[in-house]
Amino acid sequence: MNKFLKYTLLLIVSFVFLFPILWVLLSSFKPQSELFTYPLTILPHRPTLENYVNAFASGDFITYYKNSLFVSVVATLITITINVMAGYALSKFWFRGRDLIFYVMVGTLMIPLQAIMIPIFILLKNLGLLNSLWGIIIPPAATPTGVFLARQYLQTIPDSFIEAARIDGAGEFKIFTMIIVPLAKPIIATIAIFSFMWRWNDFLWPFIVVSANKKMTLQLALANFVGQFQINWGNLLAMTVVTMIPMIIVFLALQKYFVKGLTAGGVKA
Amino acid sequence: MKSRQRSHGTFEQTRAPLLFLAPNLIIFSLFIILPAIMGLRMSFFDWSILDGSKYIGFKNFRDILADSMFWLTLKNTLIYVVAVVPLLSISALALALPLAGEGKGMGVFRAIYYVPTMLSMIIVGIAWRWLLGYDLGIINYAIRLAGGKAVSWLTDGTMANISLIFVTVWTRVGYFMMMFIGGLQAIPKTYYEAAEMDGAGRFTRLRRITIPLLKPIILVVVVLSTIEAFKAYELIFVMTQGGPGTSTKFLVQYIYQAAFEEDRMGYGAAMSVILLVIIGIFTAIQFGARREEYTNE
Repeated sequence: MNKFLKYTLLLIVSFVFLFPILWVLLSSFKPQSELFTYPLTILPHRPTLENYVNAFASGDFITYYKNSLFVSVVATLITITINVMAGYALSKFWFRGRDLIFYVMVGTLMIPLQAIMIPIFILLKNLGLLNSLWGIIIPPAATPTGVFLARQYLQTIPDSFIEAARIDGAGEFKIFTMIIVPLAKPIIATIAIFSFMWRWNDFLWPFIVVSANKKMTLQLALANFVGQFQINWGNLLAMTVVTMIPMIIVFLALQKYFVKGLTAGGVKA
Repeated sequence: MKSRQRSHGTFEQTRAPLLFLAPNLIIFSLFIILPAIMGLRMSFFDWSILDGSKYIGFKNFRDILADSMFWLTLKNTLIYVVAVVPLLSISALALALPLAGEGKGMGVFRAIYYVPTMLSMIIVGIAWRWLLGYDLGIINYAIRLAGGKAVSWLTDGTMANISLIFVTVWTRVGYFMMMFIGGLQAIPKTYYEAAEMDGAGRFTRLRRITIPLLKPIILVVVVLSTIEAFKAYELIFVMTQGGPGTSTKFLVQYIYQAAFEEDRMGYGAAMSVILLVIIGIFTAIQFGARREEYTNE
């Protein structure tokens, strides 16, 4: 009986988490006329793709999609490269100021973008990076969390691996690419997933950097649509669903880790 | 070990770490450290894009203290923080407790509860606006079907705040739940077995074993959710735009308005400094409280 109650509660909570997403999905397949007529029905009477067709036909939705993909993929590649390199330098070498640099980096986690968005705007303006996708990509690429994760992980690699390669005459860069990177694959995957998710979902950086329509990312465009006086809900819901797709793919790729009980909790890149 | 590496360092080996570190360090210094310093400096200036800048000492801060809109947005933010942080922490723990085990289907529930955390705040806001619409939102529709009266979820000041708090918890609880699950799974099962043999009930075990051992994670969850709540902007941007009136207007929105809509960059920078200090104080209090707990034990 106790078990029955527990599962009933867990199912109710599941419904609370899933229904809003499901409702957006189902609504996006309803023709405009069904979206706003009583009585509402859970399933569309006349399922249609017209909202999707309109969303892609009207305006620059494909441009926004390309911008979002470009930013997320390129930024993730840069973040992985520079963070793993930094994590390697901070874990496997000794040099003056090493620990200080590490603690300063981690300490800046306390400084949210919201508190420095004004000087960042001025800085990007002076550097000519406003209204440029590079202005979204590069400034937040050096994530403290990424460095932290890479450093903690690389500390577990035995020094003897590196020393043996040095004795064999391998250069430092070669040691990094041939030994460290292959060993760091799990942490590279972790940083990549969280970086991609964050970039795809991010709103505030693009919001500060970009005002030109052609440079907008999906999140920016969606926020703009919802800010209009007359919201075209049919289009908006279709665009929302299409914007969710990459996250759903990431989720499906990750779900086995949740099910197996390995927790990714506490990770934020 | 450290000294051995140092003494063995050839020229290449002492140069290499700096080269590996350089790209990250340059971007980090240029776009985090430098803006932080610039922001602090700007707060002492009457700074505008159109009219240039002029040093005015502490005038921005004096003006802020006399600015009723600042106090209003600060009050709104604090109410939100004080509601969100405990609700979020407690519900995350409440969900983690049954799901930390390896019982049948627990993994599936973990995955389901994590879904909303993967969506952007913009998408979450759009979805809930769609659900909470007054006339045609499904929630009011269900209320009317059940014979109730439609609720102004987003157009009544109090209800709009409650809606924002609820949606924040809805979208963030899975993230903090996973942190708690990680912590719970690290507690040795033998502790519980021993306690059970001593006749400790479920509640006693929770109070005497789980909560004390989870304290470090509880602290992290509370600190992180506090910082997150003070930063809140995107959800409000999409769901209420600060309205109705100013009832959901928070500090970050006011900073944005002052700086980017009214071109009072220095004033906005000064409010940002205050925001940073408030976040710092809250974090320090939470760490302080934890130290006290240690010394009491």
